[in-house]
Amino acid sequence: MDDEVEMVTIYVMGKRHRVPAGLTIMKAMEYAGHQFRRGAGCRGGFCGACATIYRTKGSYKLQGALACQKIVEDGMYIAQIPFSPAEKKTYNIEELRPDAGVFLEYYPEIARCLSCNTCTKACPQDIMVMDYVQAALRGDVEEAAKLSFDCIGCGLCAVRCPAEIVPYNIGQLARRLYSRHIVGPTEHVLKRVREIEEGRFDEEIEELKTLDREALQERYETRERRL
Amino acid sequence: MSPEPSRLALRFKPENASFKAKVAELSGEEIDLCFQCGACSSGCPLTAEMDLLPSKVIRYVQLGEEAVLESKTIWVCSTCFNCEVRCPRGIDIANVMEALRQLMLRKKYDRVSLDALEPEELRGLPQIAIISNLRKLTA
Amino acid sequence: MRLPYYPGCTLKTTAQNFEESALASARALGVELVELPRWNCCGTVHALAKDDVMHYLAPIRNLIRVEEMAESGLVDEKRVVTLCAMCYNTLKRANAVVKEDQEKMQKVREIMERENPYGGSVQVVHLLQVLRDLDWSKVADRVERPLKGLRVAPYYGCLLLRPRGFGIDDVDNPQVMERLLEALGAEVVNIPFKTKCCGAYHTVQMKEVVAELSHRILDQASSAGADMVATACPLCEYNLGPRQEEVKKLFRGFAPLPVVYFTQLMALAFGLEEATGFEQNDPDPRPALRARGLLKEES
Repeated sequence: MDDEVEMVTIYVMGKRHRVPAGLTIMKAMEYAGHQFRRGAGCRGGFCGACATIYRTKGSYKLQGALACQKIVEDGMYIAQIPFSPAEKKTYNIEELRPDAGVFLEYYPEIARCLSCNTCTKACPQDIMVMDYVQAALRGDVEEAAKLSFDCIGCGLCAVRCPAEIVPYNIGQLARRLYSRHIVGPTEHVLKRVREIEEGRFDEEIEELKTLDREALQERYETRERRL
Repeated sequence: MSPEPSRLALRFKPENASFKAKVAELSGEEIDLCFQCGACSSGCPLTAEMDLLPSKVIRYVQLGEEAVLESKTIWVCSTCFNCEVRCPRGIDIANVMEALRQLMLRKKYDRVSLDALEPEELRGLPQIAIISNLRKLTA
Repeated sequence: MRLPYYPGCTLKTTAQNFEESALASARALGVELVELPRWNCCGTVHALAKDDVMHYLAPIRNLIRVEEMAESGLVDEKRVVTLCAMCYNTLKRANAVVKEDQEKMQKVREIMERENPYGGSVQVVHLLQVLRDLDWSKVADRVERPLKGLRVAPYYGCLLLRPRGFGIDDVDNPQVMERLLEALGAEVVNIPFKTKCCGAYHTVQMKEVVAELSHRILDQASSAGADMVATACPLCEYNLGPRQEEVKKLFRGFAPLPVVYFTQLMALAFGLEEATGFEQNDPDPRPALRARGLLKEES
């Protein structure tokens, strides 16, 4: 038959299902009747909520992926993992200086990094996780920030790390330090804040407040757009 | 229980053979070569902090006495290899110390805790110190 | 001559003065130390347990980088130079084990997976060995400002010399730093404790022990008339230098003794004062150097 859809077998939490091929793990699980109450977020590979461990048929390896991105394969064995209950240390970013000492003070466990690369292998975003943890360890905040840029905090690296490090916490601290203390506040944002405080837009805002919905709609559609 | 030589009756018991064998395998050293000359102990810079001398530790292992794992000595050792250099029989005593530490650490035993480290110290210590400390003393 | 250079974590932070002075003085001798473009912490200590595989990943990964570096023509040799004595020991010992133990090498390759297999072609050396191979006369020729009158006690520590077979010099009476200091025009103060352990990693949680051991070494150096101690390891430098704060607590009347890296003295003698990095040393060695007329007067 022309419209016969190819089906594959997957196992979710140990239970066998037949689902259409070409679906993501998330869609496949919903097709099979699971309802996501947690472990789903943006569905676009950006929020890190749907971290999943799976095994392909015949392989001994346990691998990590995002359920909303990974396409199912025949014989795939799937288990969703809830968020990893990692401790995020409390710090005041204003008070910190961007150097190696900061990372060791809040996350001394990074000194245990074995450079084994398990984190990099677990990452669904192809980030060089080991490299950014190592950059933090030697105080290279910029490198750590840049390398960890695509991190969505899914927690797969933390779950697998044999030294019990939570890499995404390190990346987050690095990016915060980088933007706050190395790059610094962006000029155009500061300029606009100054203009607002000086009242440059007060008259316009007051005028807009007096308009009704139709007039606002018209203003919106005829607004000046710079592409 | 702190192993005090005067209180412990050291007798080789056949059932202790497995402990000795484990240590020998993990360290790769021929423990039986030691004839208790004491050169290692006299060259060790940290004996003041130890409860058992390094040569005594080897003796305990020879006799298969597991109580040696409870000594302070194995954790005080700084792996300086002075003992290895001095041993006339070519035994690397530092290797044996490491094997004994590993037997404890591999049972999820942490000799030191990360929580015990002061934030100011962590900020100022060179990474080399923290990394080597944790490698030697944590699981 | 371009040689691969492995810094190690600490050379980028508390021991920046070591790196800066080393790169500058090596360059002055025609040795370009090219940093590995990508590297990771070596692990600081060698994995002594015979069944260990995990702890080989870190050092061997760095040796693979050296091979890759040589492949891409960034360096002239596969002899990787280290400044830190602990890195030297860790890389050298791991290298020796995997070259001999094929099974271990195979396991390391399999676990690494995503790396080129290590070919076993790298040699690990310490900068002092490179200098010795160049010949001391070449070092002496480059000296612009001999360290005349400066009495320096070389301190080797442990891992540069031990265990047997992995040291850069004689275990009981090494002389390589002495020869270097002589070439620089300094006066050598030979102390028996130059090979005695400083306490190493116990500085983290047993700093009184380190204070005790450091005091013995520093006291001997002072009594022998040394103006300062020269070291080749950031951990030794920390234990003998900044940890003098702890020594003062235990020993009343202890007079501070500056501790420097041998490369800082090299840079000074070569007239490369901007690269000496003495501001980072604690205690400050500059008063002692000034007293001997060895520093350019600051304007």
